[in-house]
Amino acid sequence: MNPTSQAGALAVDIGVRQGTFSLTAKFRVSKPGVTAIYGKSGAGKTTLLRAIAGLSRAEGTVQVGEQVWQDKHRYLETHQRPVGFVFQEPSLFEHLTVRGNLEFGMRRRGAGDDTQTLDEIVSLLRLETLLPRSVIGLSGGEQQRVAIGRALLSNPCLLLLDEPLSSLDASHKLELLAYLETLQCQLQLPMLYVSHSPDEVARLADDLVLMENGTTVASGPASEMLTRLDLPLSHDDNAAAVVTAFCTGHEKEFGLSLFNFDDNTLHVPGDHTHHGVKPLKLRILARDVSLTLEHQHSTSILNIVPARVLDVLIGDSPQCMVRLDCSGQVLLARITRKSAVTLSLQVGQNVYAQIKSVALL
Amino acid sequence: MLNAADMDALWITLRLATVSTMVLLALGTPLAWWLAHTRSPFKNTINALVALPLVLPPTVLGFYLLLALSPSGPVGQITQTLGGTTLAFSFAGLVIGSVIYSLPFVVHPLQDAFGRIGPRPMEVAATLGAGKVDRWFGVALPLARPGYITAAVFGFAHTLGEFGVVLMIGGNIPGETQVLSIAIYDHVETLQYGEAHLLAGLLLLLSFVLLLIVYTVNRRFRIT
Repeated sequence: MNPTSQAGALAVDIGVRQGTFSLTAKFRVSKPGVTAIYGKSGAGKTTLLRAIAGLSRAEGTVQVGEQVWQDKHRYLETHQRPVGFVFQEPSLFEHLTVRGNLEFGMRRRGAGDDTQTLDEIVSLLRLETLLPRSVIGLSGGEQQRVAIGRALLSNPCLLLLDEPLSSLDASHKLELLAYLETLQCQLQLPMLYVSHSPDEVARLADDLVLMENGTTVASGPASEMLTRLDLPLSHDDNAAAVVTAFCTGHEKEFGLSLFNFDDNTLHVPGDHTHHGVKPLKLRILARDVSLTLEHQHSTSILNIVPARVLDVLIGDSPQCMVRLDCSGQVLLARITRKSAVTLSLQVGQNVYAQIKSVALL
Repeated sequence: MLNAADMDALWITLRLATVSTMVLLALGTPLAWWLAHTRSPFKNTINALVALPLVLPPTVLGFYLLLALSPSGPVGQITQTLGGTTLAFSFAGLVIGSVIYSLPFVVHPLQDAFGRIGPRPMEVAATLGAGKVDRWFGVALPLARPGYITAAVFGFAHTLGEFGVVLMIGGNIPGETQVLSIAIYDHVETLQYGEAHLLAGLLLLLSFVLLLIVYTVNRRFRIT
């Protein structure tokens, strides 16, 4: 939206002190897209967003594109920072209609030539019929859509989303998630998305910043961060890898779609051919992947891909985690320690990954 | 109908209530905002002082005000140095008395309204580019509207019914400081029950209609 955001760079290096809690955050985002801020509750995710927006006082540097929002010499107040902030609760202005809410930020932050007009945002978020209504009486999902639209119409260089789905029930969550994906595709805008849901992270995030006890522990591309064995995400019960693939066909008689990446084919339930030729994200849970040394032919498992062992993490537990390279994409396999020893898995070894189930995100 | 003196009393009462309400809203707004947001250790003290007129006999309040406003009192000396007159037994003195007397009726609804808004709408407004003053007039003020209606009507109606303070510091000068409630008292003292009925009924009706307006209007706000 804003030309400076095209450059996309976001550099954060700040510290916050609030009573006994202290936050130290340092990370960079190099391109527009969704960066997930992931961590347990109490890790300091919300404090980080508030500090970037200038709502909580922080020491240090925040730079968005070419603009310095704060450093040693200056500190911009919140209203001087071109930021969009979507809070956990929609927090709409109850004295204004939906249209009044949408126009609040638009009227205050001068509209340039490249400003998305009200109409475009309204149609993107399907708010047409809501415009004249009072915000009281809207459903949770509708309210959050208005809040997102309101933030976007203030022409931000950076959009901050603080668990925007957490106040919604399951069906509204999915609906809003779909809207967020549309936004992600259509707006060239860096977004920081706070979440403690691995599902949301896998689905939306291009990059990931991991937080623990008030500190940013690691950051990088989401697909890499999800599968790094030295990070807690790969130790989760639902640890999963995200693979990018194209839908190439549909086997009508079996109700399966075919997805390809490189020479590998994966079968996914349902007809997904309507997505066309765009790259899609598939999630493969570590516990659904087993390993064999030879290609099995007489097996019920359809998805078998060749892979190379990148890393094996063997601890004291009966389970161990194997990180695999499959045509340049990373898979995780959780197998028993006994199997790893029996197969005598070595780094660099070639194996076959048998994938029991694949989900389209 | 009302005789000339009673008309004067009615006019003075309405003028007093209007001026006092305006002064109260002007002074009460920053005070209520401060009380709703401060973490100062003086908050409790100020809260107690504001609430004092609720429990104090108006004569006590009036007595101290009279001492303060009298030519030898601290306020009286200042006003004499500045302008040459004292405020006791004047309309301006009545306004000062009424403002103190009705302060809690204006500050409490405003404080309540500001407190209920909470910090979030102001934070949202800041992220949307609204500066401090803009946030206050664009968000806090309209969101506190029901509180303002309650405060204005309570302040006005409560001043209409003022008796003790006015008697102590205003005396009972017809055409200058004689208000309705004191005119009624005078009528009863001189056994003019007909006139007393008329004025009492007028005050009763006026107060009831004002309160009815508050409850009706604020209920409508809550529903829409």
